[in-house]
Amino acid sequence: MTRTRLFMLAVALIAFGVLPFFLKSYGLYLLTLFCVYLMATYGLNLTVGYAGQMSLGHAAFFGIGAYHAAILLKLGWPFLLVLAIAAVACFIVGLALGFPALRVQHHYLAFATLGFNVLVFLMMRNEQTITGGTFGISAIPRPSLLGYSLDGAIPFFYFTYASTLTLVALLWWLLRSPWGRAFAALRDNPIRAESLGINITAYTLLAFAIGAACAGVGGVYFAALVGFIEPAPFHFSWSMTMLLAVIVGGSGRFFGPVLGTVIIVLLPEWLRGAQNWYLAVFGFLVVALMVWLPGGLSSIPDRFARKAAK
Amino acid sequence: MTLRPSFLDVIDVRKHYGAIKAVDGVSLSVRPGEIVGVIGPNGSGKTTLFNTILGQIKPTGGTVEFCGEDITGMSPLELARRGVGRTFQTLQVFGRLSVRDNLIAAAQESKGTMPGRLFARPDAGLRHRSDEMLGLFRLEHVASLPAGSLSYGQQKLIDIAMAFMPAPRLVLLDEPCAGVNPSLVDELLDLLLALNRTQGGSFVVIEHNMDFIMKLCPHVLCMVEGRVLAEGPPAALQANPQVLEAYLGN
Repeated sequence: MTRTRLFMLAVALIAFGVLPFFLKSYGLYLLTLFCVYLMATYGLNLTVGYAGQMSLGHAAFFGIGAYHAAILLKLGWPFLLVLAIAAVACFIVGLALGFPALRVQHHYLAFATLGFNVLVFLMMRNEQTITGGTFGISAIPRPSLLGYSLDGAIPFFYFTYASTLTLVALLWWLLRSPWGRAFAALRDNPIRAESLGINITAYTLLAFAIGAACAGVGGVYFAALVGFIEPAPFHFSWSMTMLLAVIVGGSGRFFGPVLGTVIIVLLPEWLRGAQNWYLAVFGFLVVALMVWLPGGLSSIPDRFARKAAK
Repeated sequence: MTLRPSFLDVIDVRKHYGAIKAVDGVSLSVRPGEIVGVIGPNGSGKTTLFNTILGQIKPTGGTVEFCGEDITGMSPLELARRGVGRTFQTLQVFGRLSVRDNLIAAAQESKGTMPGRLFARPDAGLRHRSDEMLGLFRLEHVASLPAGSLSYGQQKLIDIAMAFMPAPRLVLLDEPCAGVNPSLVDELLDLLLALNRTQGGSFVVIEHNMDFIMKLCPHVLCMVEGRVLAEGPPAALQANPQVLEAYLGN
């Protein structure tokens, strides 16, 4: 990364960090929600964008993380322990979901993962003794850190923001390592990758498992942010929305999920002025974007660079 | 004179698809450092033989031994770990990765363990080796460009450089000259001879370009309808009426 880019990134991070002082409570809630979804979409970008595996079950992992948090935080378990348990649980379930990817690809894999999401959603809705069914689980406490309560909106925002940055930094490090190159090789040409000694079984499973763990972590923060969960936010339509964020932002591009998550979390809010038309306007904008920018929003600089080179 | 022991032994390998005998009792031996050519008309079973040796398809019968070990039906992954590399008939590069990353990806898995590679340097300690290969294949000026954005000829060079990047003991090259312009064919010939001299690996080469294979391979097999029709020095094969008939017809 060049010095100019590093400087721009630092300015953007600081600007984002001071935003809460200029926002009312709903704006602050949206900003925190943006961070929460960013954790999940970064995980999905690893699975879909970098490793080339199709997944329409990401919301299920988000939900598994959220329900772990709801149940365990209400039992008084420490937040960081809950976070670790949710991440490990999602990692293990993600490994299991990766097995169909060893046999099927593309739309077949999309349907296999979609089926998984439907199954998890039905369990959340029907297993009332554990999940509370459609009534959900309420009064989920927010965490405290080293005795400092994060109940307030601003402290919880900064806690979530710092956690998101940590997770994104970890993924950046992972993707720069030889593992990141192996994921990309798996995406671009699995047959050649295997002939070069890249263990495509292990990397396929890891791509699902790590992506799932990120979603699970996001789910934990979601439960703590909202304070009440029920199955609806974990419906497969939310898996589609997260996939939309990855593709619109720029699949396989490191900052793609940031722009994509702006589209799915913040753009609908900005379009509320269009009242009944807002979903239609949102849909039209997404279609237009995909037609003109199939590489996603983060491919805009490349497009300008190519034009300048001509 | 005692011959050096065989490195690769393909013994009576068969691959049948019902009544179709794609490979039917083929045997061949490759000694360390030797370059063996495989020629034959389209559909004679050359690529099926390659895929059978390389574990891409399971043989109906016969055995494949590498350095005395039975490797019949072993996965491409296990073969790569034993130092067996290959190129494919069609271009097989990682299109979105840079040329340098293509080369590093080709060799990184032979360095350390999988958990260890997570904590390894981004270049997996292969920067110097990739510089060497970029220089040898004259790809330095495109090292940072995505491989998929380059010309067919350049991608072909990347494809072949990737096979040699981990310094394999045996490389099977499937039609390295396919789709390559004549000036690059000569360059490729020099490169392969140089690699054979410097790295000392053995090659098995499938090729339709007779001039190329005659200059590269001291020993050539001609396959027809899944069987070895003739084998020997290239000049002998060129003069063999059966080989000429197989290629040119009566």
